[in-house]
Amino acid sequence: MLLTRRYRFSASHRLDVPALSPEENRRLFGKCNNPYGHGHDYVLDVTLEGRLDESGQIANRSTLDRFIGEGILARIDHRNLNTDVAELQGIVPTTENLAAAIRDALLENWPFRARLDRVRISETNRNIFELES
Amino acid sequence: MAMFLTRRAEFSASHVCSNPSLSEAENQALYGLAANPHGHGHNYVVEVTVEGETDPVTGMVFDLRELKQVLNDQVIEPMDHRFLNREVAPFDRVPPTTENVALEIWNRLKPRLDRPGLRLANVRLYETPDLYVDYRGEPCS
Repeated sequence: MLLTRRYRFSASHRLDVPALSPEENRRLFGKCNNPYGHGHDYVLDVTLEGRLDESGQIANRSTLDRFIGEGILARIDHRNLNTDVAELQGIVPTTENLAAAIRDALLENWPFRARLDRVRISETNRNIFELES
Repeated sequence: MAMFLTRRAEFSASHVCSNPSLSEAENQALYGLAANPHGHGHNYVVEVTVEGETDPVTGMVFDLRELKQVLNDQVIEPMDHRFLNREVAPFDRVPPTTENVALEIWNRLKPRLDRPGLRLANVRLYETPDLYVDYRGEPCS
């Protein structure tokens, strides 16, 4: 059985690769390269796969919310992804890279018997990124 | 070629998640606010997906009216505007977590939908817009 829990966070970013010229960055990233950055209301869906425990749950909701809240959201909500998030230093904070960083951070301290099935991030209603674990 | 067909329905119900053999503190630790003894409610949304072949004559996988009817008879009618723990078996014995309600919906629908050329493929149950489970019939206990 799969359990999916939805979380939200708001953050700013700027897509820019310092090794490339300003012209190349603008061509590659368009508006996302604007110099002072911009922000999104992201939606993060975390999906766990597993069997039911004695309580009839795949995972304890409070433990899950605390794990995601303290381990992930507290570090990215209302932050600048380029400057404030250790895992994204030296990396372009695209939502692809953010999803991978979140998956890796989750797996590093994963406390549940159920396994992490996937991480899905909506950057906007129109752009959605999904990463299988 | 297999085609998937999904029908969505809603029901509102109250429940309390607790195990009568545990103390109130233990239930709070397991279920949080959901263990509050007098219950609380949700607007559940259930999405039922069947898989089958498109009939070359009708151009349909399954008669949506029958899917609606089965879903209504087995799930919506018995569960809508009910206190699940008191009024809907097996939740007098089994805590009505999202997982267990999804499993019960699967068990009610599966024998009434499966037939040659058609099978129940997935039950997705939203307890809130921010929490849902998917069940496809795999061993889960």
